Amino acid sequence: MTALLETRDLAKSFGAVTAAADINVKINAGEIVGVIGSNGAGKTTFINMVTGYMKPTSGDILFDGKNIIGRKPREVMRKGMCRSFQVAQLFPELTVLENILIAQAMAESKTLSFFSALHTNKREQNARALLDDYEILEYVDEVVSTLPQGVRKLLDIAMAMISQPKVLLLDEPTSGVAIEDKFDLMTTVMAAVKKSGAAVLFVEHDMDVIARYSTRLLAFYDGRILADGPTKEVLRDENVQTLVIGHHLDMDELEGTANA
Amino acid sequence: MLNKNSLILLVLAVALILIGLVMPYWFSFLVTVALGKGLVVLGLVILMRAGLVSFGQGLYYCAGAYAVGAFSHFVETDNVILLLAVAMLAGLVISSVVGLLLSRYRDIFFAMFSMAFSMILYGVLVKSAELGSSDGFNVTSPSLFGFAPEVNGGSILSYWVAIILAFVFGAIIWRYFKSPMGVAGEAIRENEIRVEYLGVSVQKVIYIKYIMAAVLASTGGAITAMTVGHIDPEMAYWTTSGEFVFIALMAGTGHVAAPLLGAVIFELLRSFAFQVSPYTWQMILGITLLAIIIFLPKGLWSLKDKLMKGAKS
Repeated sequence: MTALLETRDLAKSFGAVTAAADINVKINAGEIVGVIGSNGAGKTTFINMVTGYMKPTSGDILFDGKNIIGRKPREVMRKGMCRSFQVAQLFPELTVLENILIAQAMAESKTLSFFSALHTNKREQNARALLDDYEILEYVDEVVSTLPQGVRKLLDIAMAMISQPKVLLLDEPTSGVAIEDKFDLMTTVMAAVKKSGAAVLFVEHDMDVIARYSTRLLAFYDGRILADGPTKEVLRDENVQTLVIGHHLDMDELEGTANA
Repeated sequence: MLNKNSLILLVLAVALILIGLVMPYWFSFLVTVALGKGLVVLGLVILMRAGLVSFGQGLYYCAGAYAVGAFSHFVETDNVILLLAVAMLAGLVISSVVGLLLSRYRDIFFAMFSMAFSMILYGVLVKSAELGSSDGFNVTSPSLFGFAPEVNGGSILSYWVAIILAFVFGAIIWRYFKSPMGVAGEAIRENEIRVEYLGVSVQKVIYIKYIMAAVLASTGGAITAMTVGHIDPEMAYWTTSGEFVFIALMAGTGHVAAPLLGAVIFELLRSFAFQVSPYTWQMILGITLLAIIIFLPKGLWSLKDKLMKGAKS
């Protein structure tokens, strides 16, 4: 089976500093893949490279069998790979509805219309249905800058999902979200994404979240992939616990969380 | 079939055209020049809604005026439709080239680069003896296939043309501001990264907006040239561009009517200030702008929203 997303010997250097090296990954349709690593391990660099935000120093990125090296983010998005951000990237002075309407219009066509109205009944219906999927419909008329962090994160992800991508990359979806809200947020996101059948890669620091929501795990260390496999196996790995997580994990407790 | 708003606008436009027949010439002259500038400011507002402030719209204002002047002089025509078309074409062609560079820049760099290009045109015109150097040259009064009625001591045709263009462009831009392309400006102002990740080229959108603003500015320059009957390089000087920014800040960017009304208010205010204090009239304008920025930071148009809110509560 051809992988949906594949990287071959991907590397990125900034002068003498190697941010990423020897990254070989294959992501198949519908997979839910967690990505862990300490700060500076290369997780965000990896996401930035595959989404076209950053050009790799060397290596190849194949999406649907085609090399997308050198493609701009908008071109990568049009091919079917979207992302959310560690800091939600929204239009803060516009309302939630306006954010979604703009995202819809842009996802529909890269050539924007000059004279047809942005706000149509059909677009508003779709927007409301999407916001309902992400459980933020109650904020539809609120200005984004006034919203809590968790709602902004959900809106950021909802906007990334509007074009119904084949692969969704989530950069720390729960960062800045209150501990008690993390699981709710991830459950909402995963339920909404599951409907679309998109493969998901999500960068996460919280091992409870990783254990519960990912079926496969990539552990980054020093710009390289230290381990790649089923989540529980990678979390049990001594090297991963020592070098990536930084402490011993109580697997029984983690499995309890995962099954909760 | 016209809806209610379109009908009101049409009636208003016809009323203003008819009022021109009884209006004193000095006032129709002032309104015509103001609407010419209003069109330039309308273009500036398109850019400002995308987070870009151009200090160089004088480039297109002047190019439109000189296109009218040069074309009427060398081709020997006074046909208003032809002259307007030539002015718009001049704005379109120049901005298509300059925009390729400017659409890559933002913030102060965009502002300064736009000013630099207008100053280049100023420098070229000042040194062009064929175009009258720093004195400029006179432009013949326009006609519509020989039709050029005089009312109260002056030609009314430019006034009518200005009113019609203000309404036509106003309606087009009003519709445009509600379209995906129009709203893309606000999206870009708020977050360029997200726009790129939604699959749209920010640079391309800004390029198109820049050209639209330029065509409006060159049309404004054409109206001014045909009304005043004289053009000179000062039209490209940075203070002229600054005046457009002044009007935009004073009027606000909330509605297409704001820059057009703002330009009329500005011209009236300047006339009044000049009459009251011929040597320090700039001070009156400065104090007015200061007061507007302090009390109405979103411009005079925001007063309407405040009044409507007050009326509701």
